[in-house]
Amino acid sequence: MGTLKKLELAVGIFVALGLAAFFMLAMKVSNIADLGEDKGYKITARFENIGGLKVRAPVTMGGVRIGRVVGIDLDTRSYEAVVTLSIEPKYDRLPADSSASILTSGVLGEQYVGLEPGGMDEYLKNGGSLKLTQSALVLEKLIGRMLTNAASGDQPPAKTP
Amino acid sequence: MIEGLQRLGRATLFWFNRLGRATLFLLRLLGALAALGKRPGLIVKQLYSVGVLSLPIIAMSGLFVGMVLGLQGYANLVDFGATSSLGTVVALSLVRELGPVLAALLYAARAGSALTAEIGLMKVTEQLAAMQMMAVDPFARVFAPRFVAGVIAMPLLAGIFTAIGILGGYFVAVQQLGVDSGAFWSQMQAAVRLVDDVINGVVVKSAVFGWIANWIAVFEGYDAIPTSEGISLATTRTVVNTALVVLALDFVLTAIFFGA
Repeated sequence: MGTLKKLELAVGIFVALGLAAFFMLAMKVSNIADLGEDKGYKITARFENIGGLKVRAPVTMGGVRIGRVVGIDLDTRSYEAVVTLSIEPKYDRLPADSSASILTSGVLGEQYVGLEPGGMDEYLKNGGSLKLTQSALVLEKLIGRMLTNAASGDQPPAKTP
Repeated sequence: MIEGLQRLGRATLFWFNRLGRATLFLLRLLGALAALGKRPGLIVKQLYSVGVLSLPIIAMSGLFVGMVLGLQGYANLVDFGATSSLGTVVALSLVRELGPVLAALLYAARAGSALTAEIGLMKVTEQLAAMQMMAVDPFARVFAPRFVAGVIAMPLLAGIFTAIGILGGYFVAVQQLGVDSGAFWSQMQAAVRLVDDVINGVVVKSAVFGWIANWIAVFEGYDAIPTSEGISLATTRTVVNTALVVLALDFVLTAIFFGA
C-alpha cells in the first residue's frame, strides 16, 4: 500500500511538472496575447514598393506598436502593393490623413509600417485607406541613384521624390 | 548475380513481412485499449517506469543543451551586435526541433530499450504464453498499458526538456554573459507563436514521436527471437530504428509545419 501511494505520488508530480512546463512555454516563451489579436479594425495602404515587408509585421505610431500587417496583395491594375493593416480597437482616433511609410528597425532588423499622424478632424474607420504612403527603401535602387549622381560629375544631387 | 537478386528479394520480403506484422500488432494493441479503461492502475505503474524514471536524464540533458545553445548563440550573435536575439535563437531551436527530437532519442535509449528487454524476457521465460493459458490477454495486460503510458509520457517529457533548456539558456545568457534579461524574454515572446511553434513543435511532434517510439519498442519485444541473443538484438533494433524513424519523420513534420 505504501509503495503504491509513493508511486502514484511520483507519477502525479511528473504529470504536474509536464503541465507546468507547457504552461511556461505558453505564457512565458510564446506570446499568448497574439491569439485574440484579430479584433482590430482594418485599413489599407497602397505602396509602390514594400521591400521585404511581411505579414505579421508590426504597425507603429510614434514608436508604439498599435497593430499588425494582416495582408499583402498586388493590385493588378495599378501594379501597386496593397497592404492591409489591422489596428487595435483602442487606437480608434487616428486622423484620416495620416501617412504610412515602410521602415526598417536597426540595420539588419525586420521591416515595419510606421504611421505619421495627420491633422484632420476625421478619424480612420474600418475599411478606410491611407492616401499618403512612402515606399520601402530598396538598397539597390539607392546605390544605383548614388552611382548616377556620382557619374554626372559635380552637379548637386538631383532631388528625387 | 541471380543469388544476389534473390537475397535482395528475400530481404525485401522479410522487411515487408515485419512491417505487416508490426501493423497487425498495432491494430490488436489499439483493440485492447477498451479493456484498459477498467484498470487504469496499470497505466500509472508504467507511467512511473517510463516517465518518472526518465526525468533525471531528460532534465539534465535539457539543461546542458540549453546552456550550450546559449553559449554558441552568443558567440555567433555578438559579432553582429545582435545578442538581444539570443532568447529567440534558444527558444525557437528548442521548441521547434531540439526539444521533441532529443527527448524522443533519449526516451528510446532510456525507456524504449527497457520496454523491449522486459517484454522480450517475458517471452523467453514464457510468461506471455502462461498468461494466455490463464485466459489473460497479454495485449490488454502487458502491451497496451506500456504503450499508452509511453504515449502520454513523451509529450510531457519533451515539454519539460524544452522548458528546462530555455531556462538553461537564460542562465548562461543573462547570468553569465550579461545579455539583458528583458530583451531576452521579450524578443523570444515576439518571435515564438503559441499555435505555430509551441503546439506544432513540441506537442504534435512529440506525440507523433511517442507513438512511433513506443510502437517500435513494444513490437520489438513482442517479436524478439526468444533467446538471450534475440533480446539483445531486439533491444539494439529498438534504439536504432526509433532514432532513424524519429529523425526521418522530423524532417517530414518540419517540412509540413515550417517548410513554407
